[in-house]
Amino acid sequence: MKQITSILLLFLCIQLVSAQDYFPKNDGVKEENNNFTAFTNTTIFITPTQKIDNGTLLIQKGKVVASGKSVTIPKNTVVIDLQGKFIYPSFIDPYTGFGVEKPERAEGRGRSPQYEPSREGFYWNDHIMPENAAINSFKYNKKDADEFRKAGFGVVNTHIMDGIARGTGVLVALNDDDGDATRIIEDASGQYFSFSKSVASRQSYPGSLMGAMALLRQMYHDADWYAKGNVTTKDRSLEALIKNRSLTSFIEAGNKGNDLRADNIGDKFSIDYVIVGGGDEYEMIDKIKATNARYIIPINFKDAFDVSDPYMANYISLEDMRAWNQGPMNPKVLADNGITFSLTTHDLKKPSEFSEKLKKALEYGLDKTKALEALTTVPAQLLGKSDLIGSLQPGRFANFLITSGDVFDKETTLYENWVQGAKNVINDKDQKDIRGSYNLSAGGKIYDMNLSGEASKPKIEVSIGDVKYPSKIEYTSNWVTFSFTDDTSKEVYRATAVIPKEGTNFSGKLVLPNGLEATFMASRKGAAVAEEEAKKDTSEESKIEIVPLTYPNVGYGFTTKPRQQDMLFKNATVWTSEAAGVLTETDVLVKNGKISKIGKNLSAGGALVVDATGKHLTAGVIDEHSHIAALSINESGHNSSAEVSIEDVVDPEDIDIYRNLAGGVTSIQILHGSANPIGGRSAIIKLKWGEEADGLIYKNSPKFIKFALGENVKQSNWSSFERFPQTRMGVEQLYVNYFNRAKEYDAKKKSGQAFRYDEELEVLAEILNGERFISCHSYVQSEINMLMKVAERFNFRVNTFTHILEGYKVADKMAAHGVGGSTFSDWWAYKYEVNDAIPYNATIMSSQGVTVAINSDDGEMSRRLNQEAAKSVKYGGMTEEEAWKMVTINPAKLLHLDDRVGSIKEGKDADLVLWSDNPLSVYAKAEKTLIEGTVYFDLAEDIAKRNAISAERNKLMKLMLNEKNGGGKTRPPKKEDKIHFTCETIN
Amino acid sequence: MKKVKQFSIAIALCAGFAISAQQTPGPDQKEAITISGATAHIGNGAVIENAVLVFENGKITAIGGANTPSKGRVINAQGKHLYPGFIAPATSLGLVEVGAVRASDDQDELGDFIPNIRSIIAYNAESKVVESLRPNGVLVAQVAPQGGTISGTSSIVQFDAWNWEDAAVKLDDGIHLNWPNSFRRGRWWMGEERGWSPNKDYTKDIDAIKHFIANAKAYGNSKSASENEGFKNMKGLFDGSQKLYIYAHGEKELIDAVTAAKESGVQEVVIVGGYEAYKIIPFLKQHNVPVLVRHTHQLPLMADDDYDLPYKLPKLLVDGGLLVALQNSSTSGFQTRNLPFYAGQMVGQGMDKETALQLISGNAAKILGLDNYGTLETGKSATLFISEGDALDMRTNQLTKAFVDGREISLETHQTELWKRYMEKYSRD
Repeated sequence: MKQITSILLLFLCIQLVSAQDYFPKNDGVKEENNNFTAFTNTTIFITPTQKIDNGTLLIQKGKVVASGKSVTIPKNTVVIDLQGKFIYPSFIDPYTGFGVEKPERAEGRGRSPQYEPSREGFYWNDHIMPENAAINSFKYNKKDADEFRKAGFGVVNTHIMDGIARGTGVLVALNDDDGDATRIIEDASGQYFSFSKSVASRQSYPGSLMGAMALLRQMYHDADWYAKGNVTTKDRSLEALIKNRSLTSFIEAGNKGNDLRADNIGDKFSIDYVIVGGGDEYEMIDKIKATNARYIIPINFKDAFDVSDPYMANYISLEDMRAWNQGPMNPKVLADNGITFSLTTHDLKKPSEFSEKLKKALEYGLDKTKALEALTTVPAQLLGKSDLIGSLQPGRFANFLITSGDVFDKETTLYENWVQGAKNVINDKDQKDIRGSYNLSAGGKIYDMNLSGEASKPKIEVSIGDVKYPSKIEYTSNWVTFSFTDDTSKEVYRATAVIPKEGTNFSGKLVLPNGLEATFMASRKGAAVAEEEAKKDTSEESKIEIVPLTYPNVGYGFTTKPRQQDMLFKNATVWTSEAAGVLTETDVLVKNGKISKIGKNLSAGGALVVDATGKHLTAGVIDEHSHIAALSINESGHNSSAEVSIEDVVDPEDIDIYRNLAGGVTSIQILHGSANPIGGRSAIIKLKWGEEADGLIYKNSPKFIKFALGENVKQSNWSSFERFPQTRMGVEQLYVNYFNRAKEYDAKKKSGQAFRYDEELEVLAEILNGERFISCHSYVQSEINMLMKVAERFNFRVNTFTHILEGYKVADKMAAHGVGGSTFSDWWAYKYEVNDAIPYNATIMSSQGVTVAINSDDGEMSRRLNQEAAKSVKYGGMTEEEAWKMVTINPAKLLHLDDRVGSIKEGKDADLVLWSDNPLSVYAKAEKTLIEGTVYFDLAEDIAKRNAISAERNKLMKLMLNEKNGGGKTRPPKKEDKIHFTCETIN
Repeated sequence: MKKVKQFSIAIALCAGFAISAQQTPGPDQKEAITISGATAHIGNGAVIENAVLVFENGKITAIGGANTPSKGRVINAQGKHLYPGFIAPATSLGLVEVGAVRASDDQDELGDFIPNIRSIIAYNAESKVVESLRPNGVLVAQVAPQGGTISGTSSIVQFDAWNWEDAAVKLDDGIHLNWPNSFRRGRWWMGEERGWSPNKDYTKDIDAIKHFIANAKAYGNSKSASENEGFKNMKGLFDGSQKLYIYAHGEKELIDAVTAAKESGVQEVVIVGGYEAYKIIPFLKQHNVPVLVRHTHQLPLMADDDYDLPYKLPKLLVDGGLLVALQNSSTSGFQTRNLPFYAGQMVGQGMDKETALQLISGNAAKILGLDNYGTLETGKSATLFISEGDALDMRTNQLTKAFVDGREISLETHQTELWKRYMEKYSRD
């Protein structure tokens, strides 16, 4: 049936568009067709909001001449009567790769990564290719055009979908008949960007999302510098970027978080990106709305999981199940919030999936007018081509659809898709509707024949009484061909007939099972009996059940965001982490998110009273070295990556945030990894589960950067031999070199001379100016000593050595330099440089006057840092009070946050933990964890959450089983690959 | 607040620094030794306050209350705690010294079905990592090869030895089998999608295991013309003299593994890991299968799991009536010194302290088929230690004396030496 339809796709070439009149013609004579075509008696959507009943559309030479209720039809007009039919502007897809080949993946070349670019005369990074112009490699593809037209599209926008800066795109009408000279509407339709590297180059920078962001920013800075004529060499990439500045910039973000990241970069450089989203915008619609950006939204709604095997179903997370259930509401939510968005086929396997997905969005409540706008006027406006496409006002291209009814209705047939005045038949509109019930007399028997379904693709049922005869039907070009099988005798009857223009009956040739030919007669009895399936569908539509969102929208999210509350902890053992020490039978009053009073027999006022008798109250645990709650950790593409910042990639939905809260952790420093001597900037956050990324990051956060020494930065433990440094000697020289350059940079900047803005050197200059602090991954004493000497040479102080496993060997030097140590309690033996790591390290450093913290570098260990601190009591005999400080006030000091958090002191943030036992005991359990007076973890609430998760999983699985049993598409169970980052994770 | 110790004590300890008694095995027990006055944690759930324990020739000869007669040299342990040496099952201790240094790594041999690969051959009795476990009370371990499907054969060692022959307390005690996963991570480097999805080869993988075990069994039925070391090494599985340790986590995998092993004629099956074992407790009970639970210090494997599932898993199994012990094969060997604290973690989950202790002593011995170790009972090896306080809590796990088979062992290590060396450096002026 399908095949036949595509064969039927006649391109009736009504040569309305004239060839370029200055081109010579040798295969005939030059003649013009100046006739008009009028489509009359039809319902026309001139725009999504301007619907004309019984109107006329008049076109000539590929363009709309007039449209409306009363259109004067010139004499030289071919009139097509579209009684009962509808006309819509055809759809526009603003984001495709149509007609442009994606470059081939570059072959690997040995085991060492490639650090240098492959090109000369272009930007230093291969993934920046603004000089690429899709027009240069554009090749109109009739097959793909056909696919798009069948899905209702008349114009698509395309570019080379590869790299971070991708160059310019092409806007093309899907007009098979005329050449590129006609169908290409715009050959520089915009500039295109993304966060993904080119597959064509193996240059390793950027290796992370934060690196891609930094690269985009630096690219804009460099373009600015280049534009001002400061560069003596040639850079064709920057020249193209500068030349195309006035074009609209499109950026493929791909998910809600990246939407915001893109918008952020745009804001910095005054670029209003059109953002290609991911379909999950509904999860943080307020933030999306606040970007004020225009969006292109894919509708690749996920199929249900096949959960029939309960063991396998177990692996699917609630988050992923919700994505199936909630995802289709994305367009509706965007529309309801007044966000300007266009839809796209991007992300779908093929354009033919589009209408089915769109129908789902409509079922989920997307308004039809909004849907039509998102497919016509909005993309036209995003592309700056509203004067040519997207509506059927005079002067626009004659790009329109002829349908049997409302274009978004299930039963509607798309008949024709006209592009630039050229007719493309999708389904024959003149074919008679033969749906109905018939008496079929054939081979001496009378059968009941029922024809139902779509008019252009009817379905057949043949029966006598209760006996059903399996049957098939095809109906094209007014010829009907059908067959049915006698189930008992397995004999097949075949029949074919041409449908007469007049009358309701039809008859034709019948081929009997024995090969003899006879005739059959189908006499219409009445309307078709509606299919059962159709009935079921409509009843299901009415009760789509969407589970509510939580904050964040994953398991253990809050149904409503928790609120700050005044609380009075009565009669607790209070570990102050201050000179006051440990106070027994003491009350702590929390007011407005702060610790307001500490004492005996405090009055509650209006505060909620918590009986803490027999329990221990402490400041929240602070982890100086964490890698949870981040989307990337290492930018290992360069040996220095000061330009990247973890703040760019904070992941507020990481379940490890919740798990850390359950271990009493309230603040963490998310450090860059240890791949490079100079790593990236930190994010210092509070674990406010349910807030979005910017709500987690400390206000006025102290500025930190990660440095690293030793085996990781030398790349000792894997095969990489081409990156400087390969020795500890080289590491020192790298620092000296970068600090020399930063010093010169800063001097030039301060002198008032013009300078090339360099994010990396900006950050390093902050270190030299004492505005940014270093937390340096370190193991052996030689390198620890070295960095202190380098710092002293450049007149600054290393703030923290992290890991610092041989710190005990140079504790006196550290104390003299004034650097703190943030160490593991007892890790060693995992690599050569930790041979001399000892669990007494913290105690020894502390005994020499070094401020010592115990850190985790591990999302598991961090949730029992209290126990890790306790190990110093065992190893070296530290007092419990001092041990406790190593996970509270000491890390707060190292992070320059001790004026806000880290101890129980009046006026400080009420970041508190209520423990069931002595917090250093392995037996202790965190019962409540507060941040700024808000309870983010509570044992009792945790139980309630578990029950809710189990109930919701069950409900969603039931819905998915229904979907499967109802014939819906499913996919096998899947569990996302969660990466538990440590320092060494390269991603 | 109890001030546990001061740095001055640490400095005082430095006096003994010059001796460096590190790691030389202790001399055989010559005279009877009595430890008296301690709270004795027997390792089978019982506690004796103010206990008297006597051992001679490396064996415990008496244990009881205050009126049990002393004999020989008496160690006054008043106010202290007495424990059986802790047992770490399913480790790779002594097979790898420094994780990232390939030259020091002997854990994983090539091959998928290699039961003839024996851990004891490569066991480094002088490993600094092994040495570092002793001051925390871990004195015995099962050492097993890693990797592949059948990784090889384990042996059980004590931690006070000159060489592997000395160290072995039970040779070739078990075969270690990594059960395939029905759900596995996409091998993206082979063009598969990232993330976890159903393993299409799961049934095939199981068949390969069944096939190997069946062949091993058939091989043992008659004298074969050619020696097959692999099949030969599996023999003990069918007469119950060896145990089959199956590493499996998922509910389905656990059911498949136990069923396949039992149907193949394997007598003794032990589950290692058993992340979802709590879902099929009656099944495991019915088949009399004990579980070596993966250490408690890990994150939940599934996003929606209870945050404390790894903490409480052993308790769930114990409460269900299964025989349970703790192991930590999945982390670096050096972490094994935290074995007592893995057990301690259970107490916060509501488990009785003595029951928690059993998970690293008596139960571990029972599961490993190690009759002579694991509890402070008459007739058992005098492998035990004295701690200043509760050995399951890191604050009070402070060993003062330890014995292996009656030999008093040094509690010094490479690490305590460095501690003392540098405290001494800083005490100079």
